[in-house]
Amino acid sequence: MDTHLRYDSVEAFRSHVASLFESPEAKKRRVLVCCGTGCMAGGAKQVVEAMHEQLQAIDPAKKAELNLVMKRTGCHGFCEKGPLVVLMPQGLFYKNVKPKDVEAIVQESILGDGVIERLLYVEPSTGKPVHKYGDIEFYAKQTRVAMRNIGLIDPANLDDYLLRGGYAALVKALTTMTPEDVMKEVADSKLRGRGGGGFDAGRKWRSCKSAPGDERFLICNGDEGDPGAFMDRSIMEGDPHGVLEGMILGGFALECKQGYIYVRQEYPLAVENLQRALRDARARGLLGDNILGSGFSFDIEVARGGGAFVCGESSALMRSVEGKVGEPRAKYVHATDKGLWDKPTVLNNVETWVCVPRIIEHGSAWFTAMGTERSKGTKAFALTGRVKNTGLVEVEMGTSLRDIIFGAGGGMLSDGPRGKFKAVQTGGPSGGCLPEDMLDLAVDFDTLTKAGSMMGSGGMIVMDHSTCMVDVARYFLSFLVDESCGKCVPCREGLFQMMHIVSRICEGKGTLEDLDRIEDLATAVELGSLCALGKSGPNPVRSTLRYFRHEYEAHILEKKCPAGVCKALITYGIDHDKCDGCGACLRACASSAISGTIKKGETFQIDLLQCDRCGACETVCKRGAISAS
Amino acid sequence: MAFFMTINGKRVEANEGEMVLAVARRAGIPIPTLCHHEAVEPFGSCRLCMVEVTKPAWKGWKGLMTACLYPCAPDLVIETDSERVHQVRRNVLDLLLARCPDADVIQKLASQYGVQQSSFMQREKPDKCILCGLCVRVCETAATSAISTVQRGHGREIGTPWGGPPPDCIGCLACAHVCPTGHIQFEESGSVRKIWGREFELQRCEKTGKPLPITKDQAAFLAKRQTMNPSYLSTSADANRKQTAETLGRIARWNKLGMQQEVK
Repeated sequence: MDTHLRYDSVEAFRSHVASLFESPEAKKRRVLVCCGTGCMAGGAKQVVEAMHEQLQAIDPAKKAELNLVMKRTGCHGFCEKGPLVVLMPQGLFYKNVKPKDVEAIVQESILGDGVIERLLYVEPSTGKPVHKYGDIEFYAKQTRVAMRNIGLIDPANLDDYLLRGGYAALVKALTTMTPEDVMKEVADSKLRGRGGGGFDAGRKWRSCKSAPGDERFLICNGDEGDPGAFMDRSIMEGDPHGVLEGMILGGFALECKQGYIYVRQEYPLAVENLQRALRDARARGLLGDNILGSGFSFDIEVARGGGAFVCGESSALMRSVEGKVGEPRAKYVHATDKGLWDKPTVLNNVETWVCVPRIIEHGSAWFTAMGTERSKGTKAFALTGRVKNTGLVEVEMGTSLRDIIFGAGGGMLSDGPRGKFKAVQTGGPSGGCLPEDMLDLAVDFDTLTKAGSMMGSGGMIVMDHSTCMVDVARYFLSFLVDESCGKCVPCREGLFQMMHIVSRICEGKGTLEDLDRIEDLATAVELGSLCALGKSGPNPVRSTLRYFRHEYEAHILEKKCPAGVCKALITYGIDHDKCDGCGACLRACASSAISGTIKKGETFQIDLLQCDRCGACETVCKRGAISAS
Repeated sequence: MAFFMTINGKRVEANEGEMVLAVARRAGIPIPTLCHHEAVEPFGSCRLCMVEVTKPAWKGWKGLMTACLYPCAPDLVIETDSERVHQVRRNVLDLLLARCPDADVIQKLASQYGVQQSSFMQREKPDKCILCGLCVRVCETAATSAISTVQRGHGREIGTPWGGPPPDCIGCLACAHVCPTGHIQFEESGSVRKIWGREFELQRCEKTGKPLPITKDQAAFLAKRQTMNPSYLSTSADANRKQTAETLGRIARWNKLGMQQEVK
């Protein structure tokens, strides 16, 4: 990339972009290696090194003819199948690539036209391998707006972003629109905050702009803390300029000078990519003083979190940026009036900001054509749990849970009665669990809230019948107890006591009165807590009590855990007809609770007093002779 | 600018910038609080002062708000004793009683809301700290930020740097005085005061030699902060009154000037 290049005017920008499209760079065949955090953990770095070596070894004449380039891209959202290698323009998609596979890829698919069958993704619904990226159901069922560039560009290369139409929205705004026009376009798009609350972004911007005072701030909330949710990380890592462009447009509309991106501590790669993007954008004159010679100045700084979930709450986040302890405060005076350093502040999350350039570029009508009556556009979900395809799924608002889980998600992971769908948990730890008869719910902000769950930042955990709903409630409560800041009594003490009661039920020591106690306490915590963490904290218990009350009752009245999860309520037994005396369980048992002789035709006994219900024997038994009841 | 609101059916006058709690108390309507003190900014951690607020301007929108932090506005309708308010207060006090079963203040308040004994699991080693944060806030406002809350969630506690005697403490006892439950203990014997694991020597009157109710560290701190003559803090003689009057006059003049500038 030309580091000395700086656009002094919109014309300079346009002519450079035009020359980019004409350059050989734009017509290169691309080898895309996913270097998102997930694929890196799977060994993408070694794949990149091997690929580099292999490409270097190609005869220069041949290489010039092929016009090849390798790109390290952001997260494709299909981490489970990583490391991923995609060959463009043909769109060939290889999964689980190991460094030793690279030579074959280069020889057969890059130098030749062959396809390596064993590296292809096999569609679970048809059992057939799929060649092309776009034909894989996981991707085919998605509508990518926020994530449209991720996986296709090198996040470290500004030119890649420009070749995807990057900063065109900014140029459009600077040349043909007034700040008021940008404001109106965003308001007309009915864009709602993707971070959880679903507040109308246009209204938020408007009230910030009309607040008294000349100094305003913008904040991008990248403190994505919900377990399993990683769409914001992927966007920051894979399309950092998209976030910047959104914020610059926000700065233009709100006529403010400074923005902050708050990134959680656990996202070092996001920080690195954002910092580089900021540097590049500043060097090119797309950020900082006098952007593209327009007279408009706006700059962005990255602020890092210290590892507290509660700092994703807007008022706690602002205290954290100020350098104080990240604790929420009452929002009776809104952040749009008194936010960061008591100045009017607009805070939106990563996914919201990245939608802004698309809205400005294509117009609000394009955006409102997608989605439902009150929730427009698309939403990215982090689909995890007991489904075949886990990963990031961006779909139109109003897509049913069934389409997400059984479409892009590829359906349930295991067969048999225990593998059947039981519940889906949406909205992170403060969300709720929805049962099977809610599967046709058209997902948007309002329908989820009405059903007793919430959109949250878009976490979606699918559970089958091997999951105990009381245990799930206990898990999420324990997460929130750990992450509560402890400032107010209902959240600090209330969630702790609620967790204690639910744990007691898991141990078979609960009573029916406990359920009433939980309901009463849950209402008090919802009404009485200071911030949204506490107010929505009882949701996991509330929703499981609402839809799975029978499981609570089974724990209390029959002292049984129907899913066979709660250790105090289960016993392991060996089906002597199925057991073939292989002895795998005997070796796996850490508490020496299994006795017997290893011999064909013999069988084993479990000493229930010794057994600590770890389930290791059940896992290792190949004949399925051991089960919990 | 003054305007009117309704609290428990009573028409009350309020001013711009005032909080609901202050107005209610002025009108003689009791609202319980534990984390509130006039000397420090409202905090909203105990959640006892919750009241039900109806906003006619928002089509009769209704919500539970903390009175200590909710700014007054014209025509607000406020209920301080509704069923929902009581549900929150009852649960909060029940939770606090499980945390601090020996605190008299909590016992008394809880019994007012029908909680004689906590229905929750009691803490293993209960003390009287309800984590209202008043001590920390008063230390920040009136003294040296010597103490702070440490940890988060259920493990939160009031602490000192590295758990040792706080190096910045001046032994002023502001924390002990504002503590609503009497959790913060101190000792005083002769000319020595003990608090937070530290010993402070009390200032002695230069004329009589008797210990004054102020530590040497505190005297030095106040002298620095309030631009008073250090000799004022080391004697109890009447001669100091004149000087005090002068100092206070200077502060008052400064305040007035400051306010006028703000009005402009």
